[in-house]
Amino acid sequence: MAKGTWVVVDQRDGKIRKVTFELLSAAQSYGEEVSAVLIGKGVEGLAAELGKFGADQVLIADDDIFANYNTGAYVAQMVAMVKEYDPAVILFGHTSMGKDLAARLAQKLEVGMATDCVAAEISGGKGMFTRAIYAGKVLAKVEVGCTPVMATIRAGVMEVAESGKAGAAVKVAVAASAADVYQNVKEFIASVSTRPELTEADVVVSGGRGLKGPEGVKVIEELADLLGAAVGGSRASIDTGWLGHEYQVGQTGKVVNPNLYIAAGISGAIQHLAGMSSSKFIAAVNTDPEAPIFSVTDLGVVGDLFKVIPVVSAELKK
Amino acid sequence: MKIAVCVKQTFDTEAKIVLKDGKISGDGINLIINPYDEVAVEEALQIKAKQGGEVIVICAGSDRATEAIRQALAMGADRGVLIKMADGDVDEYARAVILAEVLKEQGADLILCGHVAADDGSSQVPTRAAEIMGIPHANVVTKLEFADGKAICTREVDGGMEVMEVALPAIVTCQVSLNEPRYPSMKGIMQAKKKPVANVDAPAVESKAKVVELVLPAAKQAGRKLEGMEPEDAAKELAAWLLNEVKVEVKK
Ligand SMILES: Cc1cc2nc3c(=O)[nH]c(=O)nc-3n(C[C@H](O)[C@H](O)[C@H](O)COP(=O)(O)OP(=O)(O)OC[C@H]3O[C@@H](n4cnc5c(N)ncnc54)[C@H](O)[C@@H]3O)c2cc1C
Ligand SMILES: Nc1ncnc2c1ncn2[C@@H]1O[C@H](COP(=O)(O)O)[C@@H](O)[C@H]1O
Repeated sequence: MAKGTWVVVDQRDGKIRKVTFELLSAAQSYGEEVSAVLIGKGVEGLAAELGKFGADQVLIADDDIFANYNTGAYVAQMVAMVKEYDPAVILFGHTSMGKDLAARLAQKLEVGMATDCVAAEISGGKGMFTRAIYAGKVLAKVEVGCTPVMATIRAGVMEVAESGKAGAAVKVAVAASAADVYQNVKEFIASVSTRPELTEADVVVSGGRGLKGPEGVKVIEELADLLGAAVGGSRASIDTGWLGHEYQVGQTGKVVNPNLYIAAGISGAIQHLAGMSSSKFIAAVNTDPEAPIFSVTDLGVVGDLFKVIPVVSAELKK
Repeated sequence: MKIAVCVKQTFDTEAKIVLKDGKISGDGINLIINPYDEVAVEEALQIKAKQGGEVIVICAGSDRATEAIRQALAMGADRGVLIKMADGDVDEYARAVILAEVLKEQGADLILCGHVAADDGSSQVPTRAAEIMGIPHANVVTKLEFADGKAICTREVDGGMEVMEVALPAIVTCQVSLNEPRYPSMKGIMQAKKKPVANVDAPAVESKAKVVELVLPAAKQAGRKLEGMEPEDAAKELAAWLLNEVKVEVKK
């Protein structure tokens, strides 16, 4: 019978994404042995870190072919491992890699899957997952009863807890070859920002049309840096070119789930709320007392962001 | 180049959601082409303008989804295929099987999709369809070029951008920054009425994941609002809230 919970590690150049630790922590309550699946090149050293957050064992496939994530090689490796170990559950972060790998693998295994889940209950070979659909306006409970049960989970919805498991390294045979590769990755251009990534940040400071221009961007950047925050924006601040597309928060941008979200000069259109309204704490600064953003704020300031935000920064510096 | 575009009809992003008999009610809802699929249609039209060829719009849905196909035709696509699906839940597995069957028949050199559907989107269907068809895929593409029978895809990935090459035929999923979709012209709308739309019935495919319950999330209670204060004082109060209630760490 299938057994064990697998968490597929999302890493690039040895840096593990936080959602991996969130999943390992959550998997502690599913009543099964927890394995981290670590595919990459020169990654063996990461096992201890994975153990710290809850991996009983770490299944490691280490080879040159895995140096860059590519779907074909990773799927071939996963299929071989699934055959050998017969896991009951496989979880991924709903990240670039996670959703790409999970969808192709699920189809190869001909199983159903729930993606971008915000909650998971797993027991007795069945998964009951909650998905926030229609831009978060409805919650759907989805039952997945296939073997293995597969799902991708949104970053930030599960708590990280250290559990100090063994993280025993288990080397598995490499099962992918050049013939499995159908995507030729030619180049990776890393974002240059020194700030945390939007989808991983604990704090996000976002600006909208109210920023009025690059000067406004500086105002929110100063606050963001004091808070160790990521910078984000509404579509208006992206369409005007003040911020790059990768900064867009919302239905057609990124969904963020930070501890704190600060919206400056953002009206709070439904498409923007879709990307941030599940943040734990929300504050906004807006000159318009009727702005819809105030329907989701814990603390709303009706005022001019150019007069308010710099003072907030100055206060925090004290 | 022969290009197939998979278009899903979705609710208008402004739509208020109402549950009726435990299902999402479509009454009075304005339906649109999934915004990412509109980008896919636009991209197909731009490729056709440069290289020639044909643009086929494929949509699985109810009769009403013909509107979405007509809109794509009005933008400039050549013909459409409506895959009629029975009402009720069709999971991503079943939808991929249904779409892949028609896509195989069409034999396009390039298949463009959205990278996610804006309604109950899963980011599964195109990648699953590529697996069924045994062809490469490239997801969340922001720039698309061609050379030597290959697609050169610049795509958004966590932490940066990646340039990836795949042989054609392939499935490429579009991100909104790829282009700015055109509005259909009056002439386009007139012409669209005469363009062919084939109707085919979807084969019965058993879903593997089941939606068992839909609930509306509890509305968030708006909190304190500081109004009519001197900006300076309001700012101090916001700073105090950040420090004492949110307990932020300040990096000096
Ligand atoms: C299909 C679709 C998808 C979309 N997807 C997204 C998405 O993913 N993300 C997104 O954000 N939007 C999205 N939008 C756009 C969305 O509808 C709004 O147009 C957009 O969010 C507005 O951005 P904004 O709040 O910055 O601008 P506005 O709505 O113009 O609001 C600017 C706000 O700034 C305030 N302001 C002005 N000056 C100041 C000042 N000095 N100090 C303080 N406040 C000030 C104003 O009172 C106003 O409330 C989408 C739209 C569609 C149709
Ligand atoms: N019913 C459908 N008809 C046509 N295309 C679809 C359908 N469902 C999904 N797609 C395509 O798959 C993409 C991603 O959808 P999803 O995987 O559901 O998020 C969409 O943007 C469409 O291009």
